[in-house]
Amino acid sequence: MNTKPKASKAQLAEQFRSFIDPEYVITDDETLKPYECDGLAMYREMPMLVVLPETVEQVQRVMRICHENDVPVVARGAGTGLCAGAMPHKEGVVLSLAKFNRIIKIDPLGRTARLQPGVRNLAISEEAAQYGLYYGPDPSSQIACTIGGNVAENSGGVHCLKYGLTVHNILSVEMVTAEGDLITIGSDGLDSCGMDLLALITGSEGLLGVVTEVKVKLLPTPEVAQVIMAGFDSVEKGGDAVGGIISHGIIPGGLEMMDSHAIIAADDFAQAGYPRDAKALLLCEVDGTEEEVHEHIAEAEEVFRKLGATSIRTSQSEEERALLWKGRKSAFPAVGRISPDYYCMDGTIPRRHLARVLLEMEKMSDKYGLRVANVFHAGDGNLHPLILFDANVPGEFEITEEFGSKILELCVEVGGCITGEHGVGVEKIRQMAVQFNDEELQQFHDVKAAFDPTGILNPGKGVPTLKFCQEYRSIEHKQHKHEQTDAAHG
Amino acid sequence: MADMTQQLQEQVLQARTNGQKLNIVGGGTKAFMGRAADPEADTLSLAGHTGIVEYHPVELVLTVRAGTPIKDIEAALAEEGQCLHFEPPRFGDASTIGGTLACNLSGPARPWTGSVRDQVLGIRLLNGKGEHMRFGGQVMKNVAGYDVSRLQAGAMGTLGVITEISMKVMPKPAATATLVEEMALEDVIDYMNRRAGEPKPITGACWVDGKVYLRLSGARSAVEATAEKWSGEVMEGGDDFWQQVRDMQHEFFAGNDVPLWRLSVDSTAPNPNVEGNWFIDWAGSQRWFRGEASLGDLEPVARAAGGQVSLFRGGDRSGEVMHSQPEALKTIQRRVKNSFDPDGIFNPGRLYSWL
Repeated sequence: MNTKPKASKAQLAEQFRSFIDPEYVITDDETLKPYECDGLAMYREMPMLVVLPETVEQVQRVMRICHENDVPVVARGAGTGLCAGAMPHKEGVVLSLAKFNRIIKIDPLGRTARLQPGVRNLAISEEAAQYGLYYGPDPSSQIACTIGGNVAENSGGVHCLKYGLTVHNILSVEMVTAEGDLITIGSDGLDSCGMDLLALITGSEGLLGVVTEVKVKLLPTPEVAQVIMAGFDSVEKGGDAVGGIISHGIIPGGLEMMDSHAIIAADDFAQAGYPRDAKALLLCEVDGTEEEVHEHIAEAEEVFRKLGATSIRTSQSEEERALLWKGRKSAFPAVGRISPDYYCMDGTIPRRHLARVLLEMEKMSDKYGLRVANVFHAGDGNLHPLILFDANVPGEFEITEEFGSKILELCVEVGGCITGEHGVGVEKIRQMAVQFNDEELQQFHDVKAAFDPTGILNPGKGVPTLKFCQEYRSIEHKQHKHEQTDAAHG
Repeated sequence: MADMTQQLQEQVLQARTNGQKLNIVGGGTKAFMGRAADPEADTLSLAGHTGIVEYHPVELVLTVRAGTPIKDIEAALAEEGQCLHFEPPRFGDASTIGGTLACNLSGPARPWTGSVRDQVLGIRLLNGKGEHMRFGGQVMKNVAGYDVSRLQAGAMGTLGVITEISMKVMPKPAATATLVEEMALEDVIDYMNRRAGEPKPITGACWVDGKVYLRLSGARSAVEATAEKWSGEVMEGGDDFWQQVRDMQHEFFAGNDVPLWRLSVDSTAPNPNVEGNWFIDWAGSQRWFRGEASLGDLEPVARAAGGQVSLFRGGDRSGEVMHSQPEALKTIQRRVKNSFDPDGIFNPGRLYSWL
């Protein structure tokens, strides 16, 4: 978006206050401050103003006014995102959906829920539990993150391999377009006629529209779930064990891996009884009917034993299952205790390259002088390296960012991608130039223009300009040549 | 097993230069779907663009050229004990994976295993400018850029030529069993939905000719225990029944004289009170109807059931065959089409008269 807004802050505020409760049109710095970043607090920008509409009609009017006046709009849920996708635009409006927090209807027979976008992810499953149902995707921020944000990011969680991402678990969205039209994409059926716009909207990071309602599918709660914790004396063996389970024909409900740094940090934090000398730890959860779980647990234990597990422990009660998961679920705060700050990456790789990627990461860790701990959605190849750093040391975040970008480039090199579930936002916009060429990026811009011709929705996020990419690639190229020359001379 | 990308690309570029339209054809087994193809258009054939590019059973990921027949893919997967668990319909040996994605076709397991679109991880696509692009990837999770891969599902080739598809594959279930019992149409919607809401290994629920069929599949012990617990007789030759449903070889689908309509609706919606033959699949989400009717008559019926209708086979294919779209969505779809295919080369009018 290149055009300057045609209306001033005061003019916009006045217009918004004519139809939105004036208390919910925020213009003063002190109240604006909490909106300056999302879950990735290293990136900050103060918005021009924030509105919290209470009806869909108000959202439409906000969009029409912003569209007429070329004012950028950044939609925002709970602000738990990890890619600065909800970071405000300094000349723009933050459109908070916080007031849209109602579960409209749960249909126990049809196994669906109609939700306003500000409903928290976990609240869906809590409400559905009385019917023996739950909502599949469970991102680790599920206590706070909202379903609208989940749609924007196509959020996953630990159960993706078996139960899918957000895109697999929604039936329809109601959405306000950049021009203020209200449209419904999808239906109450499992599919709709024509091109799959619902898939296109999911994961579009607020660049194509503002979601005002979501209909999700609910799943029957499995009768039983049991988790096996298996330790291995090398990362390779841990990786082989993941492949072994899947080759055996078992699709676990959750399959997580941690490296030695993460094991120790998590065990210190949660006292989960993890094998502290292990180089890799697997948590393999099997869910289903009692008979199925019984059968698969026995088979999985056998597979792990054959593939060299140094320790195996299977949960015998719900308490024990919760304890074994506690370490994994608190891995981020646990790492937070051993370092002043950490930076969480989100690359995805084909699993067969796991050992190589972890080894390369170790080398980079030495080179940059920063520790890195790994937690890994092993079942679906989604890595979360946590780079440990100290933001108070001048220049250390910049080194961290560079380290992080090298990790993402490595993921692309082995056939993976720069983001599995956190999104691109502002944070990974540079690496888009590594994963995609100019033609592909231009195609993304053209798709964006089909929904948002003047580019007011979340400008500067998701897809980089081609000029920016060319510059980035040429700098990278020069550095690469420079390194090669150094090596030749060294 | 040939890579024809270059020829395909040249043909697209040439069509663009000459202002020629192109009908994209794989195995040609789905020519009956959509609106009638433009007789003025040339054929862009993917029939020779075949072969498995990469297959890593341990990763559960398959990458395949779009013209590869489903039967070849299934044969390769079977060697590793895996399958396309969304059960793509095979309208003949020539049915391809590219056509399956373009038409968004999935079989009876779809409500439980997901659809063809759900398995797609990435594609390569030739757009109307002849650019050969790669979207998505070969990994289970990839949220970089818009999901152009899954957007192709149901687009019927109007956005470009899918040349390669990466998708998730799954282990074959260890055991299956089918339960059958007589049930009236007015009772079956509630029954199938209640069964689908139980945490049991159900992967099929359909109703035809006064009988309800439920399929169980998964771990042997779970299948056996559930078959024991639930009502209905264990059916001999259950797998053959589901194969016929999947490939539309069941006698309900036979013959071309009576139009076949597809309603994709809320699984719990009461069955429409429309005279004719009904086949209910997907635990109520997919309803097949055979009878003389018009799209205009059936649209309000489908809408009342929370979904949409299309004329799947037979009938008048010169008019619209897909549920009509509101103006705002038409505008967006026209613009999306234009962003991929600015000269309107690909499958003109195949999906909608206005696209």
